Amino acid sequence: MEVSRREFLKLAGLASAGAVVTASSGALLTGCSPLIGMEDESLNAKNMGMLFIPSRCEEGCHDCIDACNKMHNVPKHDNKDHEIKWIWETEFQHAFTEYMENELLKERMEHMPFLVMCNHCANPACVRVCPTQATFRRKDGLVLMDYHRCIGCRFCVAACPYGARSFNFKDPQKGLQNPVPNPNFPKRTKGVVEKCNFCSERDIHGQFGSPELPYCVEACANKKGSLGESALIFGDLKDPEFIEQFEKIQKDEKLIPLRRKEIAGTQPKVYYLV
Amino acid sequence: MMYDTGKIVAGIIIFLAIFSVPFWYSQVTGDAEEVPNLDPALESLKAEGKQCVESVDYMRAKHMDLLNTWRDDVVRGADREYVSEEYGVTYDKSLTDTCLEQCHTNKSDFCDQCHTYVNVEPGCWECHNIVGE
Repeated sequence: MEVSRREFLKLAGLASAGAVVTASSGALLTGCSPLIGMEDESLNAKNMGMLFIPSRCEEGCHDCIDACNKMHNVPKHDNKDHEIKWIWETEFQHAFTEYMENELLKERMEHMPFLVMCNHCANPACVRVCPTQATFRRKDGLVLMDYHRCIGCRFCVAACPYGARSFNFKDPQKGLQNPVPNPNFPKRTKGVVEKCNFCSERDIHGQFGSPELPYCVEACANKKGSLGESALIFGDLKDPEFIEQFEKIQKDEKLIPLRRKEIAGTQPKVYYLV
Repeated sequence: MMYDTGKIVAGIIIFLAIFSVPFWYSQVTGDAEEVPNLDPALESLKAEGKQCVESVDYMRAKHMDLLNTWRDDVVRGADREYVSEEYGVTYDKSLTDTCLEQCHTNKSDFCDQCHTYVNVEPGCWECHNIVGE
């Protein structure tokens, strides 16, 4: 078959354009953070989550927050713009903004105190936007920070629908005692983002003995006298025993599980039983 | 025949003297004799019956690589146990708890001495706390 020079050039142009489109769409589809959408069982993963039962909370008690701040050397700066928060108290209207249009609920819930923290989402927006993979989702479902890699771009701060991330505008040491409250846990440095880590430094899976709980849960259980009465409960959402416990509380105390901003599609793993 | 020979030669000598400052400055001022010496620190640890996670030679050359690997293993992989290739002993991968707390309690003697000498500034201590400081 005779191919004219003009036809050959046309064909070559089409072929190379096709190759570019195929290659780049493939890269776009697979180029996301590797653990995103990992609800699949193939990773044989745990999926750690938290339950919070506000009705069990004692008024004026901040033991959970204090324990976390102390053990993680969370600095306290005077200027509110520089505030660093891992776990903190807010009102229902701020945690569940979308419910404020619900007139019937608004009356009752508006000023109810709520604990908020990083939701360790199953589909975390922060991980998706992080350009250095400094924030990543570990196989057990914890969304963690690698402070060594953080370049302080704050994309994650903007991406997080829960405001769970704080940027160190100031040297954290300026908001801490010297020596720091817990010398065995590192402090952070100016210019990195930090947040709740579900106490990943503790032996939460019991690899080296009996499993340890996050400090906030431990503090609450100590205050209440037993883990069964704690307002914070931590466990593996893929563990049938844990789910059973979860369902029993719902049934016994006539509570329904809510998650913050579900419409954002991030699959948060902190459940509020209200 | 060259004009201004004296001036040119003097100029060249002055230029070479200034240009070569880095090569002779420390010899003249005596700084060259202050070479870091880890032996006393190592001897006293040895006397206590302690050994490092790997051989001394390996640690001298590769401690920064080992610490970087430990860092990634712990932070990203939740892998905290290190089995020594040299001795087969298991250690906790922790700069503060294993290295500094158990043996090298004298950071200024042990770490800073060489780091200052070779003018490297590891960022470790900006976040990781030094025991007793």
